[in-house]
Amino acid sequence: MSRKRLQQLVDSLGHSTKHFNKSEVECLIKLFDKLVAESSSRFAAAGFDRSMFRDILHSAFGMTEEMMMERVFRAFDRDNNSCISATEWVEGLSVFLRGTLEEKIKYCFEVYDLNGDGYISREEMFQMLKNCLLKQPSEEDPDEGIKDLVDIAMKKMDYDHDGKLSFKDFEKAVRDENLLLEAFGPCLPDIKVHQQKQKCNTMYFW
Amino acid sequence: MGAALARAAQWTAAGSGAGTLEITPLNESLLNQIIKFVEDFSTRYPQEAAFVFKEPLEWKTQLDCSAFGNGYEIIEATVQSEARAKDGQSLLLLKKSTLRVRSFDQLSCVLQIAMEKKLKEVQACLEANRDPIVQILGPEYGTVEGEDRSILHLLERVKKGGDPETEVKMKIFLLLHQLDLQLLNNSLKQISQDVRLSPAAVNNEVSLLKNFSGEGEDTVLESLEYTSDYVFSNGCRAPPWRQVHGEICYLVINPHDTDPLCITCSTAGVFLNGGQIDSEDRIDYERKSDVYKDIVTFLREKSPKFVENMAKQVFEAKVSGQSQSLHDSTENKVDEEVKSSASRRSIEKKKLEPSMNWKMLSDLFKMCLFMLLYSCSKWVMLFFIFSKMSAMLDDVSESSSGTEEDEEQPVRHHEGGTDLPSEYWEIQKLAKYLKGGNPTATVIALCSMKDFNLAQETCQMAIRDIGCLEVLINLLDTEEIKCQIGSLKILKEISQNTLIRHAIADLGGLEIMVKILDSPDRELKCLTAETIANVARFKRAQKTIRQHGGIKKLVGLLDCDAVGSTSVIPYQAKDSEMARCGALALWSCSKTTKNKAAIHKAGGIPLLARWLKCSHANILTPVVGTLQECASTPSYRLAIKTEGMVEYLVKNLRSEHVELQMHCASAIFKCAEDKETRDLVRQHGGLQPLSVLLANSENKQLLAAVTGAIWKCAISEENVAIFREYKVIETLVGLLTDQPEEVLVNIAGALGECCQETVNRSTIRRCEGIPHLVKLLTGTNQALLVNVAKTLGACATDPESMIIIDHLDGVCLLWSLLKNPNPDIQASAAWAICPCIDNAKDAGEMVRSFVGGLELVVNLLKSKNKEVLASICGAITNIAKDEENLAILTDHGVVPLLSKLANTNNDKLRRHLAEAISNCCMWGRNRVAFGESNAVAPLVRYLRSNDPSVHRATAQALCQLSEDPNNCITMHENGVVKLLLPMIGSTDETLQEAAAGCIANIRRLALATEKAKYG
Repeated sequence: MSRKRLQQLVDSLGHSTKHFNKSEVECLIKLFDKLVAESSSRFAAAGFDRSMFRDILHSAFGMTEEMMMERVFRAFDRDNNSCISATEWVEGLSVFLRGTLEEKIKYCFEVYDLNGDGYISREEMFQMLKNCLLKQPSEEDPDEGIKDLVDIAMKKMDYDHDGKLSFKDFEKAVRDENLLLEAFGPCLPDIKVHQQKQKCNTMYFW
Repeated sequence: MGAALARAAQWTAAGSGAGTLEITPLNESLLNQIIKFVEDFSTRYPQEAAFVFKEPLEWKTQLDCSAFGNGYEIIEATVQSEARAKDGQSLLLLKKSTLRVRSFDQLSCVLQIAMEKKLKEVQACLEANRDPIVQILGPEYGTVEGEDRSILHLLERVKKGGDPETEVKMKIFLLLHQLDLQLLNNSLKQISQDVRLSPAAVNNEVSLLKNFSGEGEDTVLESLEYTSDYVFSNGCRAPPWRQVHGEICYLVINPHDTDPLCITCSTAGVFLNGGQIDSEDRIDYERKSDVYKDIVTFLREKSPKFVENMAKQVFEAKVSGQSQSLHDSTENKVDEEVKSSASRRSIEKKKLEPSMNWKMLSDLFKMCLFMLLYSCSKWVMLFFIFSKMSAMLDDVSESSSGTEEDEEQPVRHHEGGTDLPSEYWEIQKLAKYLKGGNPTATVIALCSMKDFNLAQETCQMAIRDIGCLEVLINLLDTEEIKCQIGSLKILKEISQNTLIRHAIADLGGLEIMVKILDSPDRELKCLTAETIANVARFKRAQKTIRQHGGIKKLVGLLDCDAVGSTSVIPYQAKDSEMARCGALALWSCSKTTKNKAAIHKAGGIPLLARWLKCSHANILTPVVGTLQECASTPSYRLAIKTEGMVEYLVKNLRSEHVELQMHCASAIFKCAEDKETRDLVRQHGGLQPLSVLLANSENKQLLAAVTGAIWKCAISEENVAIFREYKVIETLVGLLTDQPEEVLVNIAGALGECCQETVNRSTIRRCEGIPHLVKLLTGTNQALLVNVAKTLGACATDPESMIIIDHLDGVCLLWSLLKNPNPDIQASAAWAICPCIDNAKDAGEMVRSFVGGLELVVNLLKSKNKEVLASICGAITNIAKDEENLAILTDHGVVPLLSKLANTNNDKLRRHLAEAISNCCMWGRNRVAFGESNAVAPLVRYLRSNDPSVHRATAQALCQLSEDPNNCITMHENGVVKLLLPMIGSTDETLQEAAAGCIANIRRLALATEKAKYG
């Protein structure tokens, strides 16, 4: 990437992202370029593809769940072209790492709303929670436990009692109890790993 | 009968030895049965009656020799029976009212002779011989607890050889056992009649009576109400401290024909209490009537109308035609009701105490077997059965002790599946996800659990009983911050409960929490500190926290600029939040001395001082709470003074938050003993808010703290002047009535300090505070007595006040305080007595009127406490002004006791001792006596003291003593002249005069001797 283009990108992103300053944006873009170059991918010019992004999520942010990583990729990939560009990368990380509670609620809701219809339905919850319980051989129907858990979550968060979670429900629930932000699976950086990551970032910057 | 005597009979003193049999209905019936047994013995079992006892039964009799007739040899005061044992000793011997009897024959004779004194004789006999079987058959037959094998040995011996004596022994033993069994049976019947009330029984009875109560002529009662609607889990309504006395509840009953009756229902029965103390909810618990077995019986006794209407009630329920036998039938009906409720109660009683006297029952069982054994005489077979049975009985008794243990545990175990509240099941369901879910599931379950009403005991106990507590604590030990936070949010709430607190500590929760305090996450730290604040309410927990380095970490929380964080909530607000939580935890921990020191060592004081300057009441409250808690140690008091905290304590006295005000006042209370601190309080304008807070007399804790602060501040005169401006003295006097003791102590203390000024003394008199103060002298609170005595003593310096005190017999009360064993009270009473004697009219007469009063004073000179000694010397100084009293003091040996005290270094004692000696010289040969008991030489040494008041008193004493030539010699030998000469030049006229007088006396003696020598 040429110096000039980099400067342009940094300038434009520096305005649009609230949570990073210019030098941080520059570092992130450099990091982006470096990672893309290393991967020698087909989309070398365009950015990360799915598997690359997953690797990054795993190695840098300690994410393990397949499904969540897929959903995070979708959330980053704003233009839905299955490729994360430098802009998408920086803007995504802005929320991912430094987002306000509001931004994060919005982001998490997007992640959990699997079909994008504006609601988290029972089925979606079931999908996301199905690996939650340790397998207990004594249980006759392992799904039963998950269904109960979905009921519990629904009872807790479905304020308007329409059998599905709207954004409003979700937002209210999270504001009442911050712990529910990642109610249906980890989609934000793990705090411990995150701290390491920050250190790593500093290393990258230098 | 050993078992019956040991168990059923009601002995006055526990254990063996000098117990006596009380005359109770139970004992009387026991004794009567024994008498009957003995009387019939010789006719029913002539062979056994002739059996000679192993040892004679011996007791002090009230029978006279003359009572014995045929068959007895009477020689002077001794009576011997003509019947003799094989060894030639007579079977009955009466000597100096000691009766020795060796057979049942003679025993029954004695009883016949005793006639109406039978009962007394048997009682005396049994009191002297607690286990008569030992005397009769020998020690191996004594009644022993547990398994009794003696009969088996006996049995074997009977089987082996046909010794007729053993057989007789066996028979007697079995007969006695039979008696024992009979006695036990009867006493059991009596005991079971003596039903004890239970909450359920009372409740049933009350609801029954309520059905028949209400407005109108025909009801049995106008009304009947519990005094309290709150029912404790055990069914009682009485407050816990009364439940200790067996009280169940209190009822106010309005019968038609008498005043309202306020009654107490206790397990012992129903009785009238002192009634409700007007306007308040308190009850005078004192028993004012006999005890009745239930409410109906009580009311039948108290209200004729009740009996009448009770009859009508039943009558109405019946067909109206049967009016003839109305009264009788209703009587019966009521009786039946009573009986049925009684029997119901006894069943409940059984239920409550399944293990009631298992031992007794098993004993009975064994005895039944013995009886069988005796009648059947098929020895071998029964022997087999017997051993089987007794093994079985042992099993039973073991298992019963097991159930007792279960009962000690709270009830929930046997509640089983049916009665549990729904929360149990729901929480249990959630617990499943806590145990077997990944972090996501755990967080959902935790959030859902948080929605339960965790302040409710049911939920708290459910969490504990389901085993959730362990899981929650284990979650703390994970790396998952969200799980830790969720778990802490629940622990924080449920740790309001004492049982949970202890459970958390037992499960090692505190150690983990202390570890979490190292976490970089602020929210986590805050929650942890808050939970610690809740858990660390008891000593062990506080110690655990200190030992694991928790104090240092908690102090670290107050140092807010320390760590960066990545939590969701914006950081700024969390700075103070963390300090608040840290301070809360420190507050809880600061209850022990070692923790206070640890906080100090961890550098907590400057941090607390820094936060004291902020303006958020929610932080200030725990901060000031911690400070006031720690202010009990001198290092904190010093720090509060030097770090400028007084200013902020004063500032927060004006806060809107009552709790904060209270802690500030309390901190000032603890610190203001120091003069500089008191001055600082004044300089920062703290006296005004303190006096304003006095108006708030409803909150007693606040009032106690404020009056305490005023007390300590009033030690400085300048402060008193300001208090006077704010009319604090008037307010304090107004508060003297009807306050809790801790407030009264402080008020009395404050008034005592204010009283040092005449104006204030007259204010107290004007506000009629003296009668209240005198009344307080009759209390028992030690601190209160000290302060009240001090205040009254100060008041007594005013002759006008003294008149009032004298009128109220205050001096007598003060004098009686001298008898109190507490030296502080003795001293303050003695100090108070001094001005009283000084100012009372006819003081001498008054003092003499206290019987034994002067002896008491003299005896207190033997005290070890310097302050008591000084005060008593002061009192003696004043008492000795009356010549007659001085004579009495002298008779009680005041001179040698005072002389013994002379070798002291305490200036205060020296001064008052010298004054006392000087005044005591005025009688008889006391001057000589002081010299003889070596009081003079030490007195001379007092002149070397630095205290001018000691000089004056000593010079006066020496002047008096120098009237005796021998004393002059002693003084001169001790170099008194050299010491006195400069004192003649003193500006103090009294000293001047006394010193000159002493020297003059010495000089005169010298001149006289010279004259005598040289003519």
